[in-house]
Amino acid sequence: MNASCNLIPLFVAIPLGTAFLISIVGRRIKNFADLLGSLSTLSLAILSFLAVRCANLYGAITYSVGGWRPPVGIAMVLDGLSAFMLVTVNLVAFFVALYAINYMEKFTSKWKFYTLFLLMVAGMNGVIITGDMFNLFVFLEIAAVASYALVAFGTEKYELEAAFKYAVMGSVGSLFILLGIAFLYSYTSTLMIADMATVLSAKGTTDIVIMVSVLFIMGFGLKSALVPFHAWLPDAHPSAPAPISAMLSGVLIKALGIYALVRIFYNLIGVNQGISSILMFLAGLSMVIGGLLALGQWDIKRLLAYSSISQIGYIVLGISLGTPLGILGGLFHLFNHSIFKSLLFLNSGALEYSTGTRDLREMGGLFKKMPISGSTALIGSMSVAGIPPFAGFWSKLLIIIAAVQAQRFGYAFWAVLVSILTLAMYMKVMKYAYYGKLKEKASKVKEVPLFMKLAMVALALICLIGGGLLTSSIKEKFLKGAQDVLSEGSTYAGKVLGAIK
Amino acid sequence: MIYFLCLVLFCCGIYCILRKRNIIKIIVGIIICEYAVNLFFVLVAYRKMGRAAIFSPNSDISNMVDPLPHALVLTAIVIGLATTALLVALAMRIYEKYGTFDITKIRELKG
Repeated sequence: MNASCNLIPLFVAIPLGTAFLISIVGRRIKNFADLLGSLSTLSLAILSFLAVRCANLYGAITYSVGGWRPPVGIAMVLDGLSAFMLVTVNLVAFFVALYAINYMEKFTSKWKFYTLFLLMVAGMNGVIITGDMFNLFVFLEIAAVASYALVAFGTEKYELEAAFKYAVMGSVGSLFILLGIAFLYSYTSTLMIADMATVLSAKGTTDIVIMVSVLFIMGFGLKSALVPFHAWLPDAHPSAPAPISAMLSGVLIKALGIYALVRIFYNLIGVNQGISSILMFLAGLSMVIGGLLALGQWDIKRLLAYSSISQIGYIVLGISLGTPLGILGGLFHLFNHSIFKSLLFLNSGALEYSTGTRDLREMGGLFKKMPISGSTALIGSMSVAGIPPFAGFWSKLLIIIAAVQAQRFGYAFWAVLVSILTLAMYMKVMKYAYYGKLKEKASKVKEVPLFMKLAMVALALICLIGGGLLTSSIKEKFLKGAQDVLSEGSTYAGKVLGAIK
Repeated sequence: MIYFLCLVLFCCGIYCILRKRNIIKIIVGIIICEYAVNLFFVLVAYRKMGRAAIFSPNSDISNMVDPLPHALVLTAIVIGLATTALLVALAMRIYEKYGTFDITKIRELKG
């Protein structure tokens, strides 16, 4: 094996090590935390592109933690889907770290922010890269506990309330997941995902498997905020500081919720008709309800949070259709959503930074004052609403075509309708915040500092050229590997067990 | 029978989280739930008349309880400690800001 592909443990080790270093030294040396935070996330982003290349070369790579051979020891597995998710998470994390350099100036003790932020990144990377069921739970809790603390970072009244609500719901979700793992362990007597999948497929579907499926849908549904379990999201995401809102909405609900959900249902339990119709129903519900609730909001970050629920519906709908095209569309939408939703949250942070308010009714005419934030917000809004040249259009089109091909005309209809709703809510944002008459007290508003601009422009560029990922040469390398892992779900166990050295 | 009691304990915790209005009681509910799940893990490992999995020379290793869930429960307890500590810290800050533990009076967020 190529030596450069022995990089799997680095994805957890780098952020954990940096978090530790920052927590020790960051208080004493000024700007140390900024520098180290950006550098470590940059190196993670570069490594994740390397991981895509490795996953293409070898299919699946495993790493045995501590030298214990899986299935007895803990395995870390890198395959197409993990590589794809790693790119998504670490790319967004890098831009968010860049943005936070300027934005977090207004809070005290910035180094605490960076420590928690890197712990969260370590947790998410761990969830993505692990091949062990209990290890997945541990990393999930690392990311979740860090995010509870980050939501309460400002320690204002409403932030504490939102964080408490989020922490209670999140812990209940984690308990359901842990209970599911306990049932699964008692049934299969192993913890490695690939090994479990072999045992389960030999034993066939029984009542315990159905019980476990329900527990996991509840647990991971809570983490990914599908509609009946969504109540914490519109409070928690707007209350956090803007870079963290971008991380939470952009990647946390996807890495902890959707990735873990599809990994378990496609590669471990094996998806059947019943589960996919349940997921599809929840997805349709999230799409419509999230869209309708978003339309009535006046707080810009709350509107974006409800819109996240609606877009999560699209992603789950695409993936749970189960056809190769649907899975491709869902994964592509996952990537696009993490880019444009973090862009929009960073934009709302820029608005809050300059004007000091989040209420759309108090803004207006800011386009002249903040041309760069305004134009990047326009690009992000058009991408999420699905206007043709932007990335969001292509992924939504793929999902709708896949729904029609799978004879699910009802869901296709709702997807089109919610797309129009999305356009309406983002026109509302643009009209009230950036166009129209300039308010009197906003005459002193200035454009945001350099690093914030840099992060927003870079994310907007990815939105613009994101459609290019569908060109066949890039698609083969980046999206196809991830799609194959899901559409050929049952071969996962064989591949991983074969890759153990 | 004991599995059933474990389930009852879990349901007690869930009821406590859903129905109680005091923040501290909600936290206690979460702790009860956690203990129920941990207890379930230990029950899964148990065998009738099993002995502890301590390996020593000249003892036969038949009928041993499964030691792996014990390790898992230890990890789960530590994670539970972290979550509980954070929740209690949040509850203290909430009491400083609002002057009450009653969640019906803590309603800044709407819509």
